[in-house]
Amino acid sequence: MKKDIILCGVGGQGILSIATIIGEAATKAGLYLKQAEVHGMSQRGGDVQSNLRLSTEPIWSDLIAEGSADLIISMEPMEAMRYLAYLSKDGRIVTSSKPFVNIPNYPAEDALQKELDTLPSIKLDIETVAKDCGNPRGANMVLLGMAAPIIGILSVKNLREAIATVFARKGEQIVEANLKAFDSGVQAGTK
Amino acid sequence: MKKLLLGDEAVALGAINAGLSGVYAYPGTPSTEITEYIQNHPLAKERGVHSRWCTNEKTAMEAALGMSYAGKRALVCMKHVGMNVCADAFVNSAITGVKGGLIVLAADDPSMHSSQNEQDSRFYAKFALVPCLEPSNQQEAYDMMAYGFDLSEKLGEPIVLRVVTRLAHSRAAVEVTEPKAEKPFSPSTDQWVLLPGIARKKYVALLEKQDAMKQASAESPFNKVERAVSQAGILACGIAYNYVKEALGNDANLVKISQYPLPEEKIKALAAKCDELLIIEDGQPVVEELVTSLLGAGYPVKGRLTGDLPRTGELTPDNVAKALGKTTGAVFAPAKNMAARPPQLCQGCGHRDVYTALNQVLADYPEHRVFGDIGCYTLGALPPFQSLSSCVDMGASITMAKGAADAGLFPSVAVIGDSTFTHSGMTGLLDAVNDKSNITVIISDNLTTGMTGGQDSAGTNKYEAICLGLGVEPEHVRVVVPLPKNMPEIMRVIREEIEYKGVSVIIPRRECIQTFARHARAKKQ
Repeated sequence: MKKDIILCGVGGQGILSIATIIGEAATKAGLYLKQAEVHGMSQRGGDVQSNLRLSTEPIWSDLIAEGSADLIISMEPMEAMRYLAYLSKDGRIVTSSKPFVNIPNYPAEDALQKELDTLPSIKLDIETVAKDCGNPRGANMVLLGMAAPIIGILSVKNLREAIATVFARKGEQIVEANLKAFDSGVQAGTK
Repeated sequence: MKKLLLGDEAVALGAINAGLSGVYAYPGTPSTEITEYIQNHPLAKERGVHSRWCTNEKTAMEAALGMSYAGKRALVCMKHVGMNVCADAFVNSAITGVKGGLIVLAADDPSMHSSQNEQDSRFYAKFALVPCLEPSNQQEAYDMMAYGFDLSEKLGEPIVLRVVTRLAHSRAAVEVTEPKAEKPFSPSTDQWVLLPGIARKKYVALLEKQDAMKQASAESPFNKVERAVSQAGILACGIAYNYVKEALGNDANLVKISQYPLPEEKIKALAAKCDELLIIEDGQPVVEELVTSLLGAGYPVKGRLTGDLPRTGELTPDNVAKALGKTTGAVFAPAKNMAARPPQLCQGCGHRDVYTALNQVLADYPEHRVFGDIGCYTLGALPPFQSLSSCVDMGASITMAKGAADAGLFPSVAVIGDSTFTHSGMTGLLDAVNDKSNITVIISDNLTTGMTGGQDSAGTNKYEAICLGLGVEPEHVRVVVPLPKNMPEIMRVIREEIEYKGVSVIIPRRECIQTFARHARAKKQ
């Protein structure tokens, strides 16, 4: 089995933390993994993405080919659609519904949401969910929770354990807060 | 033991475990994480492996050559354009030769994700007549460090290790070996004085080593032949190998190339069995040109020069598959509601206040030009500021402003960051002082090397002293604090210094808000 995932958003939204957690879970589960990141210039408020490839067999390319991503996980709705060329026929989009507007020519929101609804996507106001569960900085964990049941090659349990491992050095409280945000995302995603 | 590592981290850990005694580097995407990993690694700390940032790539290269002279293993790391900065030292290190193993790591950036060009460091290795290693994956990047240091010591020459962005910044599991001991301190007793009489002999000696370098490539575990029934022959260099395997699996008739000089016999043998060769390489068509000449004009060689692969930009699974006659492609149409989201200066960044003030003052001088430099503040070229007319290479802001002022431009303004100024701006400022050029230099000091993630800046707390020492007049070295509330004062200072007919330096100083936030978080924990 193989899963190709594109993680995306705007620089500073916490994409790499999601990638780290999936990477940790995949390593623990004994999967092969390749994860191409973007560092440097584009991180300053620009669009950022990470190509994450998980497989039970060895993986060659660090990059995902067009038309072959199983999943696009995005912290921002327009960014989710930036990588449509990579989405496979049966692929899914899991995204935050809330635009991050830091450019003057951001598309009209109504039209954007309507276009997103025509695609195989689930969306959620992850920032509000994160606030409601008492962890306003945990929107990225809510998003990971939403995606967790459909990643497939990793279980929800694998990912929960990885969150605990990755945040362990920040203390019990931070681990709990992030797990809570993740669980809220799982719940919202399966509704 | 397996570890999940970035390509850069694999290089770093490979070096530490191969008995590294010092890494010398200036930050530059995509190479920065190598030195940072060594700085934070427990064994490197325990051993006291040198890892402090250098002022530029030339000082780094020379210090590493000095460590090699003393018998120890040294690593120099830089982004590809850093090779231009250290080229004098690098090319001549092939003439002196080395004692302790010396690896020169160049991180190329095809597609210019964070760079101003696509230059290919394999040219530099060929130019200097030294071997080049080009890993195809993270495991090879790790393994090539010990291999490269051994090869360097065996040949008595520096080795170039070339990575590209997609390897440097991609993670995969790496099988890690036990660390080896460092090499003992044992300075060279050989003569490294490159006076013409000695250099002529040493150059001949370097040429005589070329056969041994070719032999090493012929026997290299990293260059291998894969045979299949298909008639098309492929040379897959570095990470190109992965894209070929992704597209063709085991059905490829190929030579994988990860060590140079080229394994010529393997290539000739493949060519003899095939009707044509497709050269797949990330970066510039280095191998395509070499193989065209190796096989003679009559033999069909295809690649970037023939348009079978794009002439510019990095390799992708898509363009490689297409060159191999396979198809990948989008299923969904591009989104209609889409806009570009270019990078921008952070909200609250001091560079913003500098550009706001500068634009307002310069509105009164329609003939003005502002020469920019390399760093976060290059983003001042984009909206909303659009302040800059140029950005070429590290330090060029000051010298270009000087040259334009020599030609009669007024006002001629340079904007340069603190780290870029010590990297390559100081010498240009001395030229301007000696010529009494009519320029205004703004050293936008955020107390760090911001663009690459906040590394220490070599000149912190020394900028006024450096400018005075270079001969800028004390009353024309002005310091301001770039904050919106200080706008009237900043504008007044800029106006006064533009009106001064000579070299003036304005230093707007406020810590980068990214490092400020990081320091605040560290204090809280």
